[in-house]
Amino acid sequence: MKSRNRNIEFFLLLFVAVLVVAGYVLASLGRSSSIPANIVPFLIGILLLLLLAHLAVRKFAPRADFSLLPLAGLLNGIGYFVIARLDKDLAGLQATWTLIGVAAFVATLVLIPQVRRLEQYRYVLMTIGIVFLIMPLIPGFGREINGAKIWVSIGSINFQPGEFAKIVLAIFFSAYIVEKRDVLSTTGVSRFGVAIPELRHLGPILLAWGVSLIVMVAEKDLGSSLLFFTLFVALLWISTGKISYLIMSGALFSGGALLAWSQFSHVQERVDIWLRPFDDPTGDGYQIVQSSFALAEGGFTGTGLGVGTPENIPAVETDFILAAIGEELGLVGTTAVLTLFLLLVGSGLKIALTSSRPFEKLLSAGLTTLLGFQAFIIIAGVVRLLPLTGVTLPFVSYGGSSLLANWVLLALLLRISDEARRGETDENPTRMGAR
Amino acid sequence: MNRNIRILGIALILCFVALFVQLNRIQIFQQKELQENPSNMRSVVRDFNRERGEIITIDGEIIAESFKVEGQLEYERTYPYGDLYAHSTGFFSFQYGADGLERYYNDQLAGQKETQQFNSLKDIFTVTDTSADLTITINHSLQETAKEALGERNGSVVVVDPRTGAILAFWSYPSYDPSIFGSSDLQAGEKAWEEYSSLPRGEDPRLPKMYREIFFPGSTFKLVTASAALTSTSATLTEPEFDIRATYTPPLTTFPLQNYAGSTCGGDILEGLRVSCNTTFAELAAEIVGAESLIETSEKFGFNEIPPIDLPSPAESVFPDDFGNQVGETDAEPPIPILENTPALAQSGIGQFNVKATPLQMALVAATIANDGILMKPHLMDSFTDQNGELIEVYKPLIWQSVLSRQDALSLQLAMEMTAASGTATNLAIPGVVVGGKTGTAQVDADRPDDTHGWIVGYAGPKDRELTLAIAVIVESVPGQGQLTGGTDAAPIAKEVLLEALKIQGFLE
Repeated sequence: MKSRNRNIEFFLLLFVAVLVVAGYVLASLGRSSSIPANIVPFLIGILLLLLLAHLAVRKFAPRADFSLLPLAGLLNGIGYFVIARLDKDLAGLQATWTLIGVAAFVATLVLIPQVRRLEQYRYVLMTIGIVFLIMPLIPGFGREINGAKIWVSIGSINFQPGEFAKIVLAIFFSAYIVEKRDVLSTTGVSRFGVAIPELRHLGPILLAWGVSLIVMVAEKDLGSSLLFFTLFVALLWISTGKISYLIMSGALFSGGALLAWSQFSHVQERVDIWLRPFDDPTGDGYQIVQSSFALAEGGFTGTGLGVGTPENIPAVETDFILAAIGEELGLVGTTAVLTLFLLLVGSGLKIALTSSRPFEKLLSAGLTTLLGFQAFIIIAGVVRLLPLTGVTLPFVSYGGSSLLANWVLLALLLRISDEARRGETDENPTRMGAR
Repeated sequence: MNRNIRILGIALILCFVALFVQLNRIQIFQQKELQENPSNMRSVVRDFNRERGEIITIDGEIIAESFKVEGQLEYERTYPYGDLYAHSTGFFSFQYGADGLERYYNDQLAGQKETQQFNSLKDIFTVTDTSADLTITINHSLQETAKEALGERNGSVVVVDPRTGAILAFWSYPSYDPSIFGSSDLQAGEKAWEEYSSLPRGEDPRLPKMYREIFFPGSTFKLVTASAALTSTSATLTEPEFDIRATYTPPLTTFPLQNYAGSTCGGDILEGLRVSCNTTFAELAAEIVGAESLIETSEKFGFNEIPPIDLPSPAESVFPDDFGNQVGETDAEPPIPILENTPALAQSGIGQFNVKATPLQMALVAATIANDGILMKPHLMDSFTDQNGELIEVYKPLIWQSVLSRQDALSLQLAMEMTAASGTATNLAIPGVVVGGKTGTAQVDADRPDDTHGWIVGYAGPKDRELTLAIAVIVESVPGQGQLTGGTDAAPIAKEVLLEALKIQGFLE
């Protein structure tokens, strides 16, 4: 089974390379009616990167799921050719970040042979996570770019520690919840048919809520705030199955959101833009209005790669990259991206289902939730389903921190997948090849 | 735990289904609406580096054309007559999109209409210039006359052919040279744009006031009030007679409404129109016609509706549609309700209070009367021609609304011709042809009686045949510069323009 999985992965990766190179060439043809001069090095580069990742998986996680790497590779590739079509300079940087991302992917597979080893460092990880989260608030370190205080500068390098915090915190949450699982599940008093846990067990949920509020208010980062809180609640609920947690966190979140809305002008502004973008199409609503125009221009099949004019959407390479895809590849293209994320979510949750140990189960479900939910909230912002929360579209958007973090996240998922299959085959040798 | 993980999976799937549904809404169902949104500049940017058809006046002057240039842009859009046609053509700019005809007919000018794309099989295999030239109904020498006649006074001149709705002259001052926005010198365009944007709305030369700005129509609106009386009551030009007086106090108020410059007047509707008697029309509106009929008639003339003209974002002329609840009844026969805001209705009947109209709208009121009661849709397009010189589309005149019976229209013509012959509009009279007119002196602010717009609406044509011209002229108030009146300030401009138009049409030497 292990070599069969890897062979399927290999052929899928070849297919990914063909699609990405085709997209790259088409975008260049659309823009300048010429085949890009660097097409041969580009093709070789793509193949080498994918091959590198593939060989690492073959060597270090041979039984792992075959679909994750091709899906991530394709999303990364689509993002790359769209960025290349939008801005040549950023494309060069994105290529470098992809290389670093794949290297980090390989390194993660090599350095973490078993995820259960991470479990014992949970409080260290928690500390690291919180430090990462509040780093942008430290004077001298933190920088505010485009209204959000989520950047940290060390020397000439800018990065978003929040992207790494989400992985570290996912590990901590999983380990913590597994440790306290019994306590968290004990039924307290029952009211109105809903079991309410005792007050002291609410501590963690209140803490998570508090931290996410700080992130929202102090760093003006609505997206990450929502993401952390959702992650924690999802894990708590998976592990305990208690509806009361969902209800309480729902209430807490609504309360927090209302409070933030009533107290902070930047939150009100976001909500106003969301509800009435066309009131000020050239001012505050410009970005979302241009995004809607771009999506409408694309229609069903799109204008064709390189033929649209997505350049006029602010932040089109990062938060709004889906609008560029929607303009030039149409509903067909946006649906393809949605489908790729759904497949990624499906594969991730399948790993959670097949894992036997609770920590791995929770961690893989948590990491998958991070990917899927982050994709959801940014796309929802772009299509005006929710107020815009500036987070990246995983693997697709331009951005070094995001790309690097997501490749590490992917490596962790593959590692858990490999362990789950290994456990399966060790304990049930007769089932080999049954799949 | 597995069950919960599955439920989480379903929740995430539902999230993505919601995204899919919303993407369908934006990309498919709302596509047309979003593409036609006035702030959507995408098609302009798309078309900027393509051949683009010329815009030509009906008498053959090229007023917009494109040239290939070296530099950052492949083409420049230039307007040989500078500011003369800016408010019709609009501009075509890489930075600021397009406005006016350039925007309204963008697809045809750029050759992007489906019907222009593939005329024959060979077009699929060869790259052909599919752009079309637009001929418009404006006459160049008439347009120049309108500009010269108005001079450097803020105002508008609109000339319409009442029989077809074709616009023959369309000028408003101040104007601007749209070439600056079509130029490849983007910095110059940006500088001008910022400068214009810093001006107050009324001074911004980019604003085509003739169809995008609304003004109090003042006494020119009495034509609408008279139309409502003839159409919906038993009143005629000579029946009933109103008291001869200096003021009229409507029901429910003690605040009297005055005649122009404190004069006394009265008599029948014909006399009321001839001398522009405020007291007559205020009483007519408040106590004989009533709100319902006046609203209905003004809406038939085109008020409270976006006019169906082939230009983007035309302003809606407004007539108030609510005068409050009924509080009594007049002793007219039949009685009409007295409403809470009947005093405002009296004001509205003489084109004040909250009545506001574009110069285009007031030209259409005159055109409707001149065309025996039929209001034609106003338009600038005459035809489209492809690059081989073949006609591909010709405008066919369309009726917008039937406003008046022929009988009532002829009555109003009689009144307007008397007004030009011996009333307030004698400055409009032209010997040898038929001319009708109605002046207006509209107060801008109740507290500043000397701050007024001067208006005239009118028509002209050969004797004993159908009328061929309708006109509206407004000279806007200049605060502190004294009164502007329709008769002395607007009428001479209209006369000069009508003289030129009659010469062009061959009715005068």
